[in-house]
Amino acid sequence: MHRGTAWLLLFALAGLVLAVLGLAVGSVQVPLPEVWRALCGLPGGTNAVIVLQVRLPEVLTAMAAGAGLGAAGLMMQTVFHNPLAGPGVLGISSGASMGVALVMLARPLWPALPVAQDLLVMAAALAGALAVLLLITLADRRIGDSATLLILGLMVGYLASALVSVLQAASEAGALKGFVLWGMGSFAAVDARRLPWLWLPVAAGLVLAVSLAKPLNALLIGDENARSMGVDVRRVHRTVIWATGLLAGTITACCGPVAFLGLAVPHLARACMRSVDHRLLMPGTILLGAALALACDLVVRLPWSGGALPLNTVTSLLGAPVVLWILLKGRRWGRG
Amino acid sequence: MTAARMQALELVIGYAGRPLSAPIGLELPGNSLTAVLGINGIGKSTLLRTLAGLHKPLAGHVLCNGDDVFAMSAARRARCIAVVLTGRPATGLLDVQTLVGLGRHPWTGRWGRSTADDRLAVDHALQLAGAAHLRLRKVGTCSDGEVQKVLIARALAQDTPVLLLDEPTAFLDLPNRADVVRMLRRIAHGQGKAVLFSTHDLQLALDLCDRLLLLRARQAAWLGTPAEALASGELARAFSSSGVTFDPVAGTHRFLP
Repeated sequence: MHRGTAWLLLFALAGLVLAVLGLAVGSVQVPLPEVWRALCGLPGGTNAVIVLQVRLPEVLTAMAAGAGLGAAGLMMQTVFHNPLAGPGVLGISSGASMGVALVMLARPLWPALPVAQDLLVMAAALAGALAVLLLITLADRRIGDSATLLILGLMVGYLASALVSVLQAASEAGALKGFVLWGMGSFAAVDARRLPWLWLPVAAGLVLAVSLAKPLNALLIGDENARSMGVDVRRVHRTVIWATGLLAGTITACCGPVAFLGLAVPHLARACMRSVDHRLLMPGTILLGAALALACDLVVRLPWSGGALPLNTVTSLLGAPVVLWILLKGRRWGRG
Repeated sequence: MTAARMQALELVIGYAGRPLSAPIGLELPGNSLTAVLGINGIGKSTLLRTLAGLHKPLAGHVLCNGDDVFAMSAARRARCIAVVLTGRPATGLLDVQTLVGLGRHPWTGRWGRSTADDRLAVDHALQLAGAAHLRLRKVGTCSDGEVQKVLIARALAQDTPVLLLDEPTAFLDLPNRADVVRMLRRIAHGQGKAVLFSTHDLQLALDLCDRLLLLRARQAAWLGTPAEALASGELARAFSSSGVTFDPVAGTHRFLP
């Protein structure tokens, strides 16, 4: 069997095992046969409710977040020719955070809307992400140069963070606590009814990401070279920006700013598969991202962590050393 | 020599409305190797990028096999003109075979799946460029000379009638520079291609090229054989301020202290 295909199967298998564990493990342990009965729709009492109503949405949320952030990170790293690029880099996560802050912290300023807070948060995050994206798309039309765009994204990010800080300073304690909790990240905040709100945009983003595999491969040898081979580089940039915004915006709204996965997962997939061919690497990154997010979620929910460990702590503890190791291990990105 | 593969008609190159040259008229027939010579900043790279369809001219037209390069789709243009630009590829993680395979981009389908024809074209390109022994190496582990051959193979895999190269001999040692230009000569004459490259290697251009294109400030570009360039003194004039003398009989140049 082809080595790349073997890795894809391995990632998928790991994801499946971790998903089943995610359904079984938690403050209440559900035996695997009962997990199976619940999934088959057979009556099973409290355990079935826990599996279907609580854990299944959480597992599906984690999968969507890991897959989406990984795909977004890979697209960014290729388009910006920068191994340190991630969905957070273009200021998209910061834009989403600003939207969320406006809803959660400045609630007293809003007229009473007959809409649930969590839907409002999601809409605001998406709006924030898209506002930043619109700005970046406009700039991209003017500049069209990766390095400048990257710096622009960073500056937009700083600006958004500063505005969030201003809002934080002016807000009352209860709202602030909610916002800080959201900022720690969690896969548990999306319930079954809201799941399509997360999964539909993420699925669309993933389809876009996979469909870009061929032009992304051409971009590996430089924007100008890609153009000379017939790639419409600006169109690819635009598509990547929208796909990333869709993925990062939606996921940030639902799970908080869980940005580390987006940076680390593509590196891990590259190191495992020893390939930079996006036709392999993109599906690999998506599958590995889902599996890793499930693993992180499992650590958060392990009985001894008491559910008190924030998700972002786990993703950072897992992700940061991995990236360091990959960067230090050699010139894998290989400029010289 | 065969009919013109590429033509430039009254071509004015430049940036932001500021022309770099008088209008350039140019014909590149098949089976020909042409060197673009000129001092730094005279517009060699701009000319190449304009001929390649990557940079819009201020006026005039570029034709490839009779069709306007700036009127055709990007995909169609990529089947007419292949370019080797300066600089190493940003990622060293690609293996040589895959990188050369990227040259098949304009010929493959939406997913970029390569057919038996594509693999044959890649093999052929690797052979022509003398890079067949590198095929499984990662680009990051190749020397500058090897990378240049690989990049040329990438352009050859694109299978176009016109091949343009921007300073393919820069950063190479003497044997590698000679190797690369000889290879370009073989490619031009053996494959019926029109090959044009910019260079600062006067001697290699004089000894191995069919024709020279001299870019000169505020004057029309000059096109002719190396012998004509020396005999007419055009070459000497193009580099007149540089303290270099040319021997039109021996075909060599010397630097004055």
